[in-house]
Amino acid sequence: MSAPSKTDSAKRPVRLLRNLNAKIASIPMVATALVVFIGCTTWTVVHSFTSSKLLPKLDFVGWEQYDRLWGTRRWLVSIENLAWYGVCSMVLTLLIGFILAALLDRKVRFENTFRTILLYPFALSFIVTGLVWQWILNPDFGVQQVVRDWGWESFTFDPLYNPDIVIFGILIAGIWQGSGLIMVIMLAGLRGIDEDIWKAARVDGIPTWKTYVVVIIPMMRPVFVTALVLIASGIVKVYDLVVAQTSGGPGIASEVPAKYVYDKMFASQNLAQGFAASTMMLVSVIIILIPWAYLEFGGKKRG
Amino acid sequence: MKTFANLLGSAALLGASMAHAGELEVTHWWTSGGEAAAVAEFAKAFDATGNTWVDGAIAGSGGTARPIIISRILGGDPMGATQLNHGRQAEELVEAGLMLDLTELADAEGWRDIVQPTSLLDSCTLDGKIYCVPVNIHSWQWIWLSHKAYADAGVDVPTNWDEFVAAAPALEAAGKIPLAMGQQPWQSNGAFGVMAIAIAGIDAWSKVTIEKDAEAAAGPEYAKVFQAAADARAFSANSKVQDWNQATNMVITGQAGGQIMGDWAQGEFQIAEQVAGVDYTCLPGLGVNEIISTGGDAFYFPKNDDPAVTEAQLKLASVMLSKEVQVAFNLKKGSLPVRGDIDLAAANDCMQKGLEILASGAILPDGNQTLSPDTQGQIEDLMVEFWNDPSYSAADAQAAYAAIIADAD
Repeated sequence: MSAPSKTDSAKRPVRLLRNLNAKIASIPMVATALVVFIGCTTWTVVHSFTSSKLLPKLDFVGWEQYDRLWGTRRWLVSIENLAWYGVCSMVLTLLIGFILAALLDRKVRFENTFRTILLYPFALSFIVTGLVWQWILNPDFGVQQVVRDWGWESFTFDPLYNPDIVIFGILIAGIWQGSGLIMVIMLAGLRGIDEDIWKAARVDGIPTWKTYVVVIIPMMRPVFVTALVLIASGIVKVYDLVVAQTSGGPGIASEVPAKYVYDKMFASQNLAQGFAASTMMLVSVIIILIPWAYLEFGGKKRG
Repeated sequence: MKTFANLLGSAALLGASMAHAGELEVTHWWTSGGEAAAVAEFAKAFDATGNTWVDGAIAGSGGTARPIIISRILGGDPMGATQLNHGRQAEELVEAGLMLDLTELADAEGWRDIVQPTSLLDSCTLDGKIYCVPVNIHSWQWIWLSHKAYADAGVDVPTNWDEFVAAAPALEAAGKIPLAMGQQPWQSNGAFGVMAIAIAGIDAWSKVTIEKDAEAAAGPEYAKVFQAAADARAFSANSKVQDWNQATNMVITGQAGGQIMGDWAQGEFQIAEQVAGVDYTCLPGLGVNEIISTGGDAFYFPKNDDPAVTEAQLKLASVMLSKEVQVAFNLKKGSLPVRGDIDLAAANDCMQKGLEILASGAILPDGNQTLSPDTQGQIEDLMVEFWNDPSYSAADAQAAYAAIIADAD
């Protein structure tokens, strides 16, 4: 490409017209993004301030839907559950995924077999995962019964039937399903680390675990970021796992925000209430996302 | 000339009937044994008219099926006909002009005169036009008692709620669950509604449910109801089943003493070949207030551009209300017919009790007819929490309930 003249600014090609073909080609995509992401989101937020029932209509009622939302016990329980589920699943999935990847990376035999086995749960849908774990955790024919049949009569393990810990029963299934994928991503990251770094660390006599913590993990930062985004998006939308395992029970002990949105919009025929709840979900995502995006992308350009 | 006209006429008829032979997809959530047997009666009668009934059963409960049905109608993929409950569930769909107007057919067949009680048709009416066909009357106000369970425990079968409460310890001692209860929200909500009518009495109930009087909901009559519900919660603590028919099955097999459930449970007893008064007893209004509510099922016909489909829809509407079909369907379903002019001599004890109460006029509208789905949803949320959390006190629940009623529309 011929370099534009640096002295004559009038002859510099107009920025807008550079790569014109590519820009034209991306118009449909840009339009879709604008309509779907910006348009539909705005529509939803606007309607969350109305009194829409089964059908959307524009009679504004101010903050009424939000007042009601934050005065509803079920919503508060949902938020609390999501917080527990989110924090635990974020930490545990990363931890388990990384440890499994590190173990596989130690050049074990049958690595392919292990990798397939560990990744397999990810191939199952959440509904199937949920049902499988519902059976495993069922006190009458799951883990509890098996251990009792071994002779430990007083053994109790029924997380799905205990309102205090039911969310952890769901967490188990979530981690079982998700950590395989994180492992594969981590493994790819580990494979991307130059052999020479390992050699250098060995020459310097640094213990293996310390090499991981001090050298390898900081080098794998982009991989961790990818993994975090994947896990986080899974957390906010958790719905089918709960429906398959407990339907929000016992009582309302395992309700989650996405389920609240669905139930209000379709079962209770109260669109505005559902919209208000989904707007709150969006707001919470944005609150987390913006500082992170700023740190991740904004900082680099300036630096 | 006459033959030619005949020929022309029959050709037109042939053409018309070919157009008639429309396939009509009918969605409903009747999937338990007794329900499926009943819906087959509709299908049989409709197929006999030369049309085809395409069964669109949706498994789960109404709570699962309704969102699917409604989003299909809203999404422009309407079925030929669909079940919904009497009441306000389709209110906005009708207002939006998405449902077929049945007024002409209703006038021609005189529905106003044959549907009994007329409140059922009123629920289908908006601005003087009729939009749905009521097919049965279902009442919630029943408790089903297992003779076997009480015989095993060595006590008499109770004749009212107080005796039921008194007999509960004996049942527990015999290793039975006094009250079987499915975990689905609508069951908790329904059982509470039954207790409200039976224990608070009709006046308090109408004040709360029809006039939405929050003071009455917070009053002493309802305090008794919540106390009774807290008792019932303790009785049902060990029944860990989901679906209502699984809970009914516990009563049929004698594992549980009783179940508070609408008269659709009848169909399950019938399939299990149990005899009312010998194997099981039914008490309307928990044996305290003999009164039934007249909720039930109605069929709606979403508007369609294809005149052949519209024709078939009208045919189906007419078939559903016809005498023979009403008898056949309701006997299988265990529900009461919507026509006052048919003979149900074949009905068993429990249905006869229901028919007597219906004839005596001791009837109330169903909660679905007076409260919006939104309010119902809030009450369901409250009830499901209350029934499952033994630490949720009756007084707290009552306060929350009164707050919902205060905001009800």
